[in-house]
Amino acid sequence: MSEAQSTPHETIDEDRRDFIHIATAATAAAGAGALAYVFIDQMNAASDTKAASSLDVDISKVPLGGEVRVLIGGKPFFIRHRTEAEIKAAEAVDVSKLRDPQTDEERLIPMQNGELNRAMLVTSGTCTHLGCVPVGPSQGNTGDYGGWYCPCHGSHYDTSGRIRKGPAPSNLPVPDYRYVSPTTINISL
Amino acid sequence: MSGHPSAYEPKTGFTKWLDSRLPVVRLAYDSFVDFPTPKNLNYWWTFGGILAVCLATQILSGIVLAMHYTPTVDGAFASVERIMRDVPYGWLIRYIHANGASMFFLAVYIHMARGLYYGSYKAPREVLWILGCVIYLLMMGTAFLGYVLPWGQMSYHGANVITGLIGALPVVGDSIKAWLMGGPSIGNQTLQRFFSLHYLLPFMIAGVVILHIWALHVPGNNNPAGVEARKDPEGLKKDTVPFHPYYTVKDGFAIVVFLIIFAAFVFYMPNVLGHADNYIEANPLVTPAHIVPEWYLLPFYAILRAITFDIGPIDAKLLGVIFMFGSIAILFVLPWLDTSKVRSMRYRPVARQFFFGFIATMLLLGWCGASNPDDPIIPMGSDQLVVSYTDANGNEATQTYEEYEAAATFRDQKLDEGVDAAIAVAKAPAFRFVHLAQILTLYYFAYFLVILPLLGLREKPKDEPTSIHKAVLGNDRAAPAPAE
Repeated sequence: MSEAQSTPHETIDEDRRDFIHIATAATAAAGAGALAYVFIDQMNAASDTKAASSLDVDISKVPLGGEVRVLIGGKPFFIRHRTEAEIKAAEAVDVSKLRDPQTDEERLIPMQNGELNRAMLVTSGTCTHLGCVPVGPSQGNTGDYGGWYCPCHGSHYDTSGRIRKGPAPSNLPVPDYRYVSPTTINISL
Repeated sequence: MSGHPSAYEPKTGFTKWLDSRLPVVRLAYDSFVDFPTPKNLNYWWTFGGILAVCLATQILSGIVLAMHYTPTVDGAFASVERIMRDVPYGWLIRYIHANGASMFFLAVYIHMARGLYYGSYKAPREVLWILGCVIYLLMMGTAFLGYVLPWGQMSYHGANVITGLIGALPVVGDSIKAWLMGGPSIGNQTLQRFFSLHYLLPFMIAGVVILHIWALHVPGNNNPAGVEARKDPEGLKKDTVPFHPYYTVKDGFAIVVFLIIFAAFVFYMPNVLGHADNYIEANPLVTPAHIVPEWYLLPFYAILRAITFDIGPIDAKLLGVIFMFGSIAILFVLPWLDTSKVRSMRYRPVARQFFFGFIATMLLLGWCGASNPDDPIIPMGSDQLVVSYTDANGNEATQTYEEYEAAATFRDQKLDEGVDAAIAVAKAPAFRFVHLAQILTLYYFAYFLVILPLLGLREKPKDEPTSIHKAVLGNDRAAPAPAE
């Protein structure tokens, strides 16, 4: 190249430079964003963790007045065999006065024949306050309302698993479950 | 770093060669040998050095523990017990690490209290203070993650409570919680990531510590008098002494005393600051009756639990979380909340009273955090036994008793009549821990949001000394003649 030919290039085209700067930064940002997504998403539940998220439970073995506790994906669930008195107590409550108003029927899922199995209450075993596991009949403390008592911060649940007293904001959630047979339920997260 | 001219002169051929390529010796010399330091620093100023020792201790003992630890739900608890029983001196290294965390927090609280008392957060040291707050936040994160690793009952259920706090956030809370735990609950995947992050965070702390020291060395140390060292050469010479040997020796002495206390814990009461439940392996189906965090987090736990009421659409649970995080976030903006131009509370007689009230508040909040919120502090009357039954008209009726036997007899009598009857305890009215915690929480926030902003405008401070030199020697008295 001869020197004579280089003269037109001595002026700097600011627009072209800006374009290159912006294009470079945008490409780098897109790359960083795409990579960040990978590194953030890897912390979400892995496939095997997601897969272990349902369980069949034989409810015929739950003693009357007692409960069975199962872990699904590390989360506790209660299956309680309620006595007649406990069912009556749960149904007699004036729902409008509850913190989280729900009737006892709304907290039961019908069997395959469409009838409610009022004796069997299935709830999450995680206190809705800060995630402790409440104690129940097996631990000898059912709280002021005969259901469960959370020892961490003093939440009392009734025999339908509804919050009655203490700091918890809502009822023990009813998990997603269905009757596979009259004596077996399938609980999934 | 601080703008004062470097007095380092490399003497040997090698140091001259190195100094023109990487002046690292010069940096160390100017920062830790020749650095002009106010000559009136008291022992409260030794905690910076003590904290550096704490960080080094934790990193060193932690690296060793990681060589023997297994981060799986099946192996973690057993591997910690193996460290205690089988690894040569494993018990010592683990006790150093566990108690070291407590010592670290003890030192950092004294360090922060010193900063609060002597106004070390005020201009031009705002960034220095904020970096300190970042370190404190990272320390709390590291301590929480580390406490989960032994996979004891407190580890597991404490982690449940803390991740539950994040779940309280509206809309995004649950997905962030699941993202942090890596699944529907705290499990193996959670333990593994907590281990990884517990290893990472101390090095981030070390990085921020470097920035913290850098930000310290630009304006130089604050001091008990709260007045700046003079900048002119003569004034600077009168107000300051070189860091070495004056403060290397003073800090060194304080570090030795601190290590003696540290050793007393490690050798004579290694578990006194821990919780016995953490020697039971984690069991997701059984929650310990009384979940408490380690002592250094108790005041904030008390604030969390003090909020038992809703405000507008925000329920008590979320509000508690907001107050707890708010209590730490407020520290970051403290430099702009305190309106007083006077740094040291030596010259702020009114603010000083409120400061000691604040220290008492923190200690009492710790007591509340450790106690069951429903327990009475001052009982008013005694608990009653209430028998509720259905009377002849089918209405609910109650009968109150003092003694169990009388109540039980009455209940049995009703039951024999074929009527439903049950005994319940009616707690007597009392001034409970939750009430105390609410008052203290109010004071905590009032101290930062009301007292410090208003007091700076209204109080009349005492006269500050004109220089550090005068603060130490009083008015310019002639030095007494040396004895002949």
